[in-house]
Amino acid sequence: MSLMSRDIEVGAEADVSGVALSQQNDPEAVSFELLLEGIKRRWGYDFTHYSRASLKRRLDQARRDAGYERYTELLDRLLHDDAFFDHFLKYMSITVTEMFRDPAFYRVVRERVVPILKTFPFVKIWHAGCATGEEVYSLAIILHEEGFLDRATIYATDFNKQSLDVAQRGVYPVAHLDQHAANYRSSGGTRPFSDYFSSAYGLAKIKNVLKERVTFSYHNLVTDGVFGEMNVIFCRNVLIYFDKTLQNRAFELFTNSLRHGGFLCLGTKETLNFSSVKRHYEQIEGRCKIFKKCGTGDV
Amino acid sequence: MFEAVAIGVSAGGLRALRSVLGPLPESFRLPIAIVQHIEANSDDYLAEYLGSLSSIRVKEAEDKEAMEGGTAYLAPAGYHLLVEPDRTFSLSVDDKVNYCRPSIDLLFESAADAFGATLVGIVLTGANGDGSKGLRHIKGRGGYAIVQDPATAEAPYMPRTAAAGVAADRIVPLEEIPKLLVQLAQVTRQ
Repeated sequence: MSLMSRDIEVGAEADVSGVALSQQNDPEAVSFELLLEGIKRRWGYDFTHYSRASLKRRLDQARRDAGYERYTELLDRLLHDDAFFDHFLKYMSITVTEMFRDPAFYRVVRERVVPILKTFPFVKIWHAGCATGEEVYSLAIILHEEGFLDRATIYATDFNKQSLDVAQRGVYPVAHLDQHAANYRSSGGTRPFSDYFSSAYGLAKIKNVLKERVTFSYHNLVTDGVFGEMNVIFCRNVLIYFDKTLQNRAFELFTNSLRHGGFLCLGTKETLNFSSVKRHYEQIEGRCKIFKKCGTGDV
Repeated sequence: MFEAVAIGVSAGGLRALRSVLGPLPESFRLPIAIVQHIEANSDDYLAEYLGSLSSIRVKEAEDKEAMEGGTAYLAPAGYHLLVEPDRTFSLSVDDKVNYCRPSIDLLFESAADAFGATLVGIVLTGANGDGSKGLRHIKGRGGYAIVQDPATAEAPYMPRTAAAGVAADRIVPLEEIPKLLVQLAQVTRQ
């Protein structure tokens, strides 16, 4: 199925999802829908297929912080104030992350996935929704330690340009390093973790050797298309913010971007079980959500 | 007519949840969503344990899973548990609320938005203030609020705070909650 027709299909389903029918003329529900529609048409960011409960919470937070009672007031500001939109986007992206988040997951990546990647002369890895980059550099550290980083290219993408800037700089508060180092060790890391940073003035900067194979770029999973022929795709704790329709769009996008035998790595509580692409994958290990693409062809 | 139950519980939760879920009959027809404050890296042992002592099904809630009657769903460790307008669950790793993830307030607020007056909210034992804002939201949407009698709570602070913040419909000893739930589930008209 082409992406164009997929987009149309996603749009066409918008009227029946979300708020229950009985509430559709409730002023709050109407203004909420108008806000999403306005953001979509003015800025091209489509949040209509985000999970409603956390979306509402984020929008309520942005509305309250800006001092507004109503969604329509927030919409008015968003339509006419460019700088305010950039500020607003911060509320809309997932920024809670750490290096080696879920250490057990990274242990399986190191012990089960990397040995298979080593059988290729060269691999391409896509980290979709990389936020501020902590997990991208976690993977880079593993590949570096396995002596494989120079044969890999990591494409790290996000829809939030401010997060991408942070990720690209690779500078983090020193205060977070203890937690990162503890995660690193429980994921099976054995080297002195501080070797990967140069620290000064309370900040820790990722060493250049870990950045050389990483390319950061803008990509929006809601509206953008297929991303190369990947050996591995990471997309962790992003899809939980999408509704089932949008999750399936993303899963199809990943499936079409992944080589046969490639790996799709999700968050610990994410699953392909309720998705349209389940039959194309097998889970490689009981607890970690790492799926190997087995079927042939595209979806 | 009630359609769902949301429970918030913290310190002392193991015993409290055993006392609430254990006596419920197999025929209990409402879905129950539960936030128990728990360490971020815990596994799903709690669901397994409570399931082994209960006649109803107990499981960890999964992202996008539809809420089914006669099932108790526990928030996974380290994730907020939310109820969508279409009555499926969603998870989030957003910032902690009241220093907690999962947060009771987030479950209660989203469940109240989804179920309105047909939701029963219950605050059990605990040593922090999570849940009282959410219980007010449940009442604000016309739902039914139950607070465990703090005198019967291992940690009385949470139920005491909740009871101080809202005019609860019932403040009852722990042991009476299952019986009350069975009665509420049988109400056919409010």
